[in-house]
Amino acid sequence: MTESRLTRILLRLGTAAVLVFIYFPLVVIAMYAFSDDVTQAWPINGWTTHWFRAAWEDEDVRSAFLLSVKAAALATVIALVLGTAASLAVARYRFFGRDAISFLVILPIALPGIVTGIALNAMIDTVFEPVGISFGLFTIVVGHATFCIVVVYNNVIARLRRVSASFEEASSDLGADAATTFRKVTLPALRTSLLAGGLLAFGLSFDEVIVTIFTAGSDQTLPIWIFTNLARPNQLPIINVVALIVIVISIIPVWLAQRLAGADDETTKRTAQIAGAG
Amino acid sequence: MTRRASAFLWRHPRVRLGGLLAGPVGWLVLAYLGSLAVMLLSAFWRLDPFTAEVVREPTLHNFQRLVEEPVYRTIALRTITMAAVVTVTCALLAFPIAYYMARVASARTRNILIVAILIPLWASYLVKVYAWRVILSQDGVLDWVLSPLHIDGPGYSLTGTWLVFTYLWLPYMIIPVYAGLERIPRSLLEASSDLGARSGRTFLKVVLPLVFPALVAGSIFTFSLTLGDYITPEVVSSTQFIGNVIYDNVGVANNLPFAAAFAFVPIGVMVVYLLLARRAGAFENL
Repeated sequence: MTESRLTRILLRLGTAAVLVFIYFPLVVIAMYAFSDDVTQAWPINGWTTHWFRAAWEDEDVRSAFLLSVKAAALATVIALVLGTAASLAVARYRFFGRDAISFLVILPIALPGIVTGIALNAMIDTVFEPVGISFGLFTIVVGHATFCIVVVYNNVIARLRRVSASFEEASSDLGADAATTFRKVTLPALRTSLLAGGLLAFGLSFDEVIVTIFTAGSDQTLPIWIFTNLARPNQLPIINVVALIVIVISIIPVWLAQRLAGADDETTKRTAQIAGAG
Repeated sequence: MTRRASAFLWRHPRVRLGGLLAGPVGWLVLAYLGSLAVMLLSAFWRLDPFTAEVVREPTLHNFQRLVEEPVYRTIALRTITMAAVVTVTCALLAFPIAYYMARVASARTRNILIVAILIPLWASYLVKVYAWRVILSQDGVLDWVLSPLHIDGPGYSLTGTWLVFTYLWLPYMIIPVYAGLERIPRSLLEASSDLGARSGRTFLKVVLPLVFPALVAGSIFTFSLTLGDYITPEVVSSTQFIGNVIYDNVGVANNLPFAAAFAFVPIGVMVVYLLLARRAGAFENL
């Protein structure tokens, strides 16, 4: 079936309409970030970069930003270690319950976010708090690392499936010990997929809010700061700026990860798609 | 020393495997399955109305409340209906663009479109919801755009919520449907037209059945994400969904047991949905 001329034109129009729909809100927010009006009037009357300075000078925004960066960095490191170990086990060994591992890894983002959130909340409340671990950076990181493992896992396992295990065997045969083989053979083969997975994990963690609200207690990450300030009209100009910054910070890692993944493109797309659920 | 350790590891692959699995499995079982277990357990506890303390004795009190108070049934039904309507809308919107990408666009255009769809997916969920709050506000962007047509925008309402949900989850539908369409061999479509089917008939009898599993795969996301969202309804409407009841009970009322009990509803719905989706062959399309 070759599509008729009319069908092609209609498809093209439909595609254009969907693209406009997808980008329209992002463009609107980017414009409001430069609006010099305190109220959210439309059309925008005048332009300014004043709110960027105001956002930078806001103590709450700065500390929320720092907390988000810290949480994302720690969660990414944990996810890299655990995700790589899990993918090595699944890709290089046969064992009972191997399928269950993939299921276990994906479960934290497959269940509705509120379920993951309230489950972690129940755990922190009934188990962590009594032993003296209260809501804060640590509990945020535990939650984020849990659902970030899958992004690293998916990226690394896709690479491992294409790199033959015989390189590692050859290295051992030539007398390298396990650590040397890992450092000189396995790691270089995985380098870009680790970088891509790490970037995606960072992006996922940085703007997660649905689960984080349940694990942060009274601490504020940047998305939580936005959420709690939505009800305050005089904060809206700063929220616009923060929103624009969050968009840029969460898009850049994904864009880089896409480029890095190269041949693993398909996997990264899938992973990016699945993990966007945060 | 390291040599001997290395040799030991080489001779004992099970030990190597154990070392690799200990971290991730330990973490996920303790931090995640453990959390789920605590949550499921706490659904059978209850909040003492006088002391506001959680009483850790097994009771069906919370489930009884869920069944007996009609408001929770209304909210559950509203949420599930919303998830279904959003899923259908996403499927309808996703189809033309996915079809264009898979069958009409050049390879170059296709790659640009894939990136163009994936990037907004990552542009912070909360920021997108906030953007719609601004757009839907009274005399906001949408009212302004529609004013020449003398139509009012939906404002902060159920319709507005539906619009925002559709916006948020649309890319999750486009990507699997695109992948599903791309996998259909051209020869099948040619065979259909050689046998005399017009393009409409080919579409209904060949394309649609073949792409159906991919459509179901996409619907898992649109359905599950709508079911578990409490921020969108809170930000762009004042209507209660399952997620809002759970959120309010954890945050404001401090009634974790009741919230956990209500969480059984989305979990149950998703389990049934996933089982049906697996029968439709959707899992190969994830």
